[in-house]
Amino acid sequence: MDLDYTPSEQAFRSEARAWLETNVPKTPLPSGDTAEGFALHRQWEKKLFDAGWAVVSWPEKYGGREATLMEWLIFEEEYYRAGGPQRIAQNGIFLLAPTLFEFGTEEQKDRILPRMASGADLWAQGWSEPNAGSDLAGIKSTAVRDDARGGFRLNGQKTWCTRGAFCDYMFGLFRTDPAAERHRGMTYFLVPLRAPGVTVRPVGRLDGDAGFAEVFLEDAFVPDRDVLGAVNEGWNVAMATTSSERGLTLRSPGRFLATASRLVELYRQSKGRADPTLRDRVVQAWMDAEAYQLYTLQTVTRVMEGGSIGAESSINKIFWSEMDIRTHETALALLGERGELDGGPSAEAAGAWMKGYEFALAGPIYAGTNEIQRNVVAERVLGLPRK
Amino acid sequence: MRFAFTDDQKLFRDTVRALLDKECTADVVRKAWDPETNGRSPPLWGKLAELGVVGLRVPEAHGGLGLSEIDFVLLLEESGRAALPEPIVETSAVGAPLLAEIGDASLASAWLPRIATGNARLTVGLAGSAFVADAHVADLLLIQQGGDLYALSRDDVKLVPEHSVDGARRLFRVIWDPSPSKRVASGSAARAVLARSFDRGALGASAMLLGLGRHLIDVTVEYVKVRKQFGSPIGSFQAVKHHLADALVKLEFARPIVYRAAYSMSRTPDAASLHVSMAKAYASDAALLAARAALQCHGAIGYSYEHDLHLWMKRAWALAAAWGDASWHRARVGELVLG
Repeated sequence: MDLDYTPSEQAFRSEARAWLETNVPKTPLPSGDTAEGFALHRQWEKKLFDAGWAVVSWPEKYGGREATLMEWLIFEEEYYRAGGPQRIAQNGIFLLAPTLFEFGTEEQKDRILPRMASGADLWAQGWSEPNAGSDLAGIKSTAVRDDARGGFRLNGQKTWCTRGAFCDYMFGLFRTDPAAERHRGMTYFLVPLRAPGVTVRPVGRLDGDAGFAEVFLEDAFVPDRDVLGAVNEGWNVAMATTSSERGLTLRSPGRFLATASRLVELYRQSKGRADPTLRDRVVQAWMDAEAYQLYTLQTVTRVMEGGSIGAESSINKIFWSEMDIRTHETALALLGERGELDGGPSAEAAGAWMKGYEFALAGPIYAGTNEIQRNVVAERVLGLPRK
Repeated sequence: MRFAFTDDQKLFRDTVRALLDKECTADVVRKAWDPETNGRSPPLWGKLAELGVVGLRVPEAHGGLGLSEIDFVLLLEESGRAALPEPIVETSAVGAPLLAEIGDASLASAWLPRIATGNARLTVGLAGSAFVADAHVADLLLIQQGGDLYALSRDDVKLVPEHSVDGARRLFRVIWDPSPSKRVASGSAARAVLARSFDRGALGASAMLLGLGRHLIDVTVEYVKVRKQFGSPIGSFQAVKHHLADALVKLEFARPIVYRAAYSMSRTPDAASLHVSMAKAYASDAALLAARAALQCHGAIGYSYEHDLHLWMKRAWALAAAWGDASWHRARVGELVLG
């Protein structure tokens, strides 16, 4: 055990910090969940890419700098510490990319990854359907073989596609063998969102931004080269992605450490009105963020030494999603009557806390609801019977 | 940055686990409750000493292993898992390094070798606690009075028994007259070592609580797999699953906090008090939640005195309260972080 960073890790941190201090926009960008903000965030992704900070842990040929997983964590810490913009590339670089690295052909990786990393192509996910949420294996959208054109014709509807209204591509599961048992007969497709037969309709989110979309597919054509993994093996391919999402890559500790620091700052400013109960909650929120960082450092060490992340990624997802809500609830309580403001002349920090709270509330719902995660923990970590 | 134990440390843990599985069964823990006996087992203590556990923190020059808190934390976790009814925290985690650090060479030479061989048990009474555990079997009592530390024998003191909810824990108030001849440390040197000793005790209790929590979850998992109601194992019901998942989540996040506190005690002393307080707050809450989940999922059988569950549950309650409870430690974190 050595909880000090190595000289090369420290050098990496200094380099990241220096670049971020110079380059992170001084005025926050408008929300990336609006058309205008999305375009500005796309430019920011390009800037990160050009400086080699977009995808630090990837191979150089795809735009990375072959950083270790530990260095990636360090970058994330520095990124959130510097108040870096939201990463609209996240669904591509953190959710699809790990799956591409595992299941993609060389041609797919060469063609897709660099454009994903530079923000040239931005990706939405297409898991949920109107009647398939937590029960993902209940999807009904289909893909039918089109031999003449060398690909598949897709039909059906996807929903809750984050930033789908603005993205270029979507990845998701479609049923290719309707006769197969629920968890089989699905295939993982990479779908162009601006192709004939694809209709994207923006859907407002709880916070009012058009951060969601539903995607209608009517004989939308996807060529064979955009099938990821084997035909009818999509479930296994998709599970690799959801494991990354819940486990490690989607929510790095840096984000929560930065939130906890802002909470401590807010507490100091509002000290006069903080009762002892609120003080206790601030302390707990701060400790939770530290706990999450330490837990992640343990996991990263294990993965760097050849271990893997399995069902315990569900333990992780339950923790960070519920921690994030508690932290924001504590901040809103500290804000008193300003806690209801989500913008406007008197909001100051209050607006960001309310927006953050609305975002945090989605945490226990997306990426598999926490009820499902608790079942996974009970069944696959503790070994309790499914039935 | 490498946050993992070495293969040697894990092997040592496995060895201690195997010994305790065999020698510290539920029957042994239950016998430790017997008010007709002193509740302690010299053979078990001797076997732990033979393995090097009891003298792990005793310097090699005095016959111990001379290892650190980082090496010890997994073994204390195993001691908790077995609900070991011995003063392992008082003697080995706190007493041994305290004796080695106070700079009284004759006291160290007299006691450290005896600790390492399992021929002496120690207890400690530090400021902030009215009760001294295992004073009835302690060959040496290290008692703080104000800013000074005194080394006493049982003949020097009068013991007033108190009654812990955990019958295997024997608690006492220690009545005595401070005399300068028994004083072994004072002034600023004493202050530093006493503060460190308190942190070591809280860390030791935190590690025990991790193990207690894990045992409470494990036995409950086994029970709900076999207990059937409505024609199904109750462990297949979501309400039961979610109780146990919640307990596991809390415990799994307490674990790295406790391990980090052990690291800080050993390597980064300036951060140790903060990190130990985080550990004790987290581990106490985690073990108490595991105890609640375990009792609820066992139902009435877990509420019965004949069942073993309460032996572990009550140790969790006791150690959650000892060495500063969660609220006390969160308050200390607050002072250090929020000012």
